[in-house]
Amino acid sequence: MAQAGIEQTETMTVREAIRQALREELDRDDDVYMMGEDIGDMGGVLAVTGDLIDEFGEERVRDTPISEAGFVGAATGAAATGTRPVVEIMFSDFMGVSMEQTMNQMAKMRYMFGGKTEMPVTIRTTEGGGMGAASQHSGTVHAWIAHFPGLKAVSPGTAESAKGLTKAAIRSDDPVFVFENKMIYERQGEVPTDPEFTVPIGEAAVEREGSDVTVLATQRLVGDSLDVAEDLAGGTSVEVIDARSLYPLDTDTIVESVEKTGRLVVADESPLSYGIHAEVATRAMENAFFSLDAPIQRVGTPDTHIPFSPTLEDEVLPDGDDVREAIGRIT
Amino acid sequence: MSDYTLDSAEGRVEALRRMLTIRSFDETAGERFADGEIPGFVHLYVGEEAVGVGTCAALNDDDYIASTHRGHGHCIAKGLNPKYMMAELYGKADGYCNGKGGSMHIADVDAGMLGANGIVGAGPPMATGAALSIDYQGRDQVAVGFLGDGAVAQGQVHEAVNLASTWNLPAIFVIENNRYGEGTPVEQQHNVDNLSDTAAAHGIPGVTVDGMDVTAVAEAVEEARKRARAGDGPTMIEAETYRYRGHYEGDEQVYRDEDEVERWREQDPIASFKERLIDRGELTEAVFEEMQAEAQATIENALAYAKEADDPHPSEAYEDMFGDSVPEIERFAQQATARTDGGDH
Ligand SMILES: Cc1ncc(C[n+]2csc(CCOP(=O)(O)OP(=O)(O)O)c2C)c(N)n1
Ligand SMILES: [Mg+2]
Repeated sequence: MAQAGIEQTETMTVREAIRQALREELDRDDDVYMMGEDIGDMGGVLAVTGDLIDEFGEERVRDTPISEAGFVGAATGAAATGTRPVVEIMFSDFMGVSMEQTMNQMAKMRYMFGGKTEMPVTIRTTEGGGMGAASQHSGTVHAWIAHFPGLKAVSPGTAESAKGLTKAAIRSDDPVFVFENKMIYERQGEVPTDPEFTVPIGEAAVEREGSDVTVLATQRLVGDSLDVAEDLAGGTSVEVIDARSLYPLDTDTIVESVEKTGRLVVADESPLSYGIHAEVATRAMENAFFSLDAPIQRVGTPDTHIPFSPTLEDEVLPDGDDVREAIGRIT
Repeated sequence: MSDYTLDSAEGRVEALRRMLTIRSFDETAGERFADGEIPGFVHLYVGEEAVGVGTCAALNDDDYIASTHRGHGHCIAKGLNPKYMMAELYGKADGYCNGKGGSMHIADVDAGMLGANGIVGAGPPMATGAALSIDYQGRDQVAVGFLGDGAVAQGQVHEAVNLASTWNLPAIFVIENNRYGEGTPVEQQHNVDNLSDTAAAHGIPGVTVDGMDVTAVAEAVEEARKRARAGDGPTMIEAETYRYRGHYEGDEQVYRDEDEVERWREQDPIASFKERLIDRGELTEAVFEEMQAEAQATIENALAYAKEADDPHPSEAYEDMFGDSVPEIERFAQQATARTDGGDH
């Protein structure tokens, strides 16, 4: 990704990085436009689209009625017929409303039609707990999409990957879901300013090198794991990888790391059963079984919904302490 | 019968009292949210009191309502106790949902309140389902599904109305048209003159009433209830109303100006109903002031109660996923209990 020569970067938040990605892609390609609820003058409920409507107008930053099934379906139809919609689903929990159009149309058309159509649609949505937003506004659902054949799913943990993955998603001729975590919009990082910068879908990033244990993390837990790695430095050397892309998943980077460290913790906010953790663990075992020195550890949400009360929400949400404990169990 | 109807002077005064209680509850919730005491989102009902109260005044106690994200008013209109509502907003163990739901999910199924709802448009299918139970068992009840103007754009709303219509179920759909879905004006979300026009597509009556007038709402719901109980199926009622506060607390309201809010305030549902009761000799200014003070006292007590109440024990996070326990979750419950000195829970 880094070109020859000096790469220019700028410090910005994850929110700004996503907005910059949207701005650059709207600028680059007239066929790209956005739609979603209150993304125009309101700037999005979590203020991601911001002032884009002032620059691009209401044709290209379209407010929709509250009709997720309708506009996700319309985006699918539009993508099959020559335009490149970028949809915002306000909270990932609302994907329940649009799941039919997602799984039976968007995911299947290219294949069912024998390759007769492309599907250049991007779905951005925000997920995760931590805001006291209760069970219908806090879910982490990216495993549904990563599981479903025909859909790609990315989950940035840093500002750089937020920008690069959003741009790559929009440029892709396949349906890509970008899962933003609502608790990291304010997280800052260095972001390349080159408008041609993208993060290829399917590549993980080693965010910190280490030799004793690998933590494969996603979203908010990338930052939390980096903090833990810093704390443990001197005692335990922790390698932290941001998965970045959930499907396709960068098996090689994970396997290479596990071959080096012999230990793996998978940290993802999804419910523990039948999810990302299981997939990563299986790939590690399939490919690096004889390098493993200890059982693989999972850090995630016990199989509950996200409760409202802060006491209860703190209890179920995985965080740095859970990562630390998981590392402690195997080192 | 409801414990208040608009057919008697007493009932009318009680309806006014409920509207005052709702306003006091929501203004207090707004202040406490601004002070950072209430987590999450709160959507307030200030200005819309006549819709919830008018509707519930025309219902029997054992009728059902399915609410929205803006549910506090529906709860109080239906007779829920502000103490346990406020405790829920504070995430406390003896809130209506034991702290698991918060403002957006207050529910009391035994009292016929099928829950506030975080999913726009999800209430009407719940109401259709309750009406199905009623019909199936031949019970003398009806079910009301509340929804906002924005929710009328949701497919599941129309599917629910169509089901209730084709199966002739005792359901009533009450649209609270407060002119906006978040920041988007109703005109940008729909292309019909009245939202109640959509009833025609489902072969049921649709009426539009003044939602700032508690009696107009109650009359329409009473009529709809009679129809439903006579076996003539559902009715759609659109109540034209307005929310004085932002979509949620903290909303900067870039989409409207203060003049518009002021114009609607002139038709305030509480002030206008109060005037009418005074004109009819059913109320005096002094009694009104007393009622207002009582409503405030009720909410202050509720607030004090909520603040004092206990937080849930962390292990409660693992309760209520299923009717029985499953090992996947049970092991976390045990860890949580063990962590807190030998499990004092
Ligand atoms: C399925 C779904 N989509 C979007 C939202 C986000 N949202 C919450 S309230 C709201 C506006 C609802 O407008 P309306 O139905 O008119 O009710 P009001 O808030 O005006 O009472 C939106 C878009 C949601 N909660 N659920
Ligand atoms: Mg509305």
